[in-house]
Amino acid sequence: MSIARFWRETPRRYNLGGSKCTSCGTVYFPPRAVCPVCTHHRQSIEKMVPFQLSGEGTVLSFTVVHDAAEGFEMQAPYVLALVKTPEGPVLTGQVVDVRPEEVGIGFKVRATFRKLREEGRAGVIHYGYKFAPSEESTAAPPLGPAAAGPPTEAAARDRATS
Amino acid sequence: MKAGIVSYGAYVPRYRITPREIGQVWGTDGDAMGQGLNVFRKSVPSPDEDTITISTEALRTALVRGAIDPQQIGAIYVGSESHPYAVKPTATVVAQAVGATPNLTAADFEFACKAGTAAIQTCLGLVGAEMIRYGVAIGTDTSQGAPGDALEYSASAGGAAFVLGRERVICRVERTLSYTTDTPDFWRREGQKYPSHGGRFTGEPAYFRHVTECAHRIMEASGTSPKDYAHVVFHQPNGKFPQRVGKQLGFGDAQMRYGLVTPFIGNTYSGAALIGLANVLDRARPGERILMVGYGSGAGSDAFDLETTDEIERYDRSFGRPVQWYLDHGVELSYAVYAKFRGKIRMGGE
Repeated sequence: MSIARFWRETPRRYNLGGSKCTSCGTVYFPPRAVCPVCTHHRQSIEKMVPFQLSGEGTVLSFTVVHDAAEGFEMQAPYVLALVKTPEGPVLTGQVVDVRPEEVGIGFKVRATFRKLREEGRAGVIHYGYKFAPSEESTAAPPLGPAAAGPPTEAAARDRATS
Repeated sequence: MKAGIVSYGAYVPRYRITPREIGQVWGTDGDAMGQGLNVFRKSVPSPDEDTITISTEALRTALVRGAIDPQQIGAIYVGSESHPYAVKPTATVVAQAVGATPNLTAADFEFACKAGTAAIQTCLGLVGAEMIRYGVAIGTDTSQGAPGDALEYSASAGGAAFVLGRERVICRVERTLSYTTDTPDFWRREGQKYPSHGGRFTGEPAYFRHVTECAHRIMEASGTSPKDYAHVVFHQPNGKFPQRVGKQLGFGDAQMRYGLVTPFIGNTYSGAALIGLANVLDRARPGERILMVGYGSGAGSDAFDLETTDEIERYDRSFGRPVQWYLDHGVELSYAVYAKFRGKIRMGGE
């Protein structure tokens, strides 16, 4: 992707900046200049305002990619999901920090900021949103005591209750 | 001082590796190495994480917790020795990603492990002089030790962001001062992938001298002694140095307990003392005095005499994860996957 194109899309890729039609209330991501829902499209002209998505969402559907796209080889197998946001739009994005078998339809996620790709070793680095498990669908398991280390507080609590 | 900490957030990547796993590859007793360093796990960033993404996560948490309008931020300084670009600021990407652009100043700081505390001092000056409303100081690293080097057992990834301001201050900065000399204990030359260090020389003339001198001087200036502090946080390149320097200075285990996070996540370099401070603030109650002494090789120490205010009772920590969660949770990797994640494997065509 060219530097100029990525730079133009920075607000939406970094910050989930969409748009909202103040005529009918529909939210769009990526942002639109005209609302296709309004019966007379011209009604929405100059009524589209920038709108920031919260970053919350649930997995509507997903797939596990084993044959990774170029630049994603280090992350295979990885989850690519359709994420339904509470504001309305459905976003496509990678779900990170999770084992693929932990993801299911309805899995709660939150947008996170990650490196999307690098233009080789000397080129520009592209950043943007991906999704990670939300705090309620915490995917990282508690760690047990390290081989020779002190027990963590969680491990100590677990022992105290079992 | 009129300025202080208004909000904060910390972030540590999900993956961990143990000294035992590293030692198995290099034919050394990893458990003994871990015991010697008092490091039992270190964090490892995902292939899609770097200083920019970690800094952004930490700052986003801080902004939500403090209900801070990013457009009110007048300065963002990111301290790190692992900025993804040699030329092109980390701070501009972070500023854009939190919605703070364009009406602010931004820059990257570099001073080995104390670039984050130097950023706090700079923000305090700007905020105290009423040049800006909020200043953001971030300390983050994704540092690496050369394969098989002693540093490989501790060099890890993580960061913390602090918002400095004059209103709704949860932790006042009573005083800050620094102690700086030219000491060649640890360095990385331009173009080199891994740092070099002076071995044992990194101890007495470097870490211990600077931290001790700086701590003595700030307590002398403030008219305090170790017993006045509820918590103390030192830079923590491993788990042993801060414990030793704390004992030498006259601090007890209870004062050092929450400020020490390196045994569980490794040395996050510019993030190390700041994540320790975040862990203390996660638990602090009003009126608690905190001493923080950072250290950066090359070399210098920044000390901060801090006191929590009544505002910390009203501070909403519910967004994001407390530091303790990061200490307790994670996914352990094999050395092979760690080597892949950290770019230590040469791919075809390279």
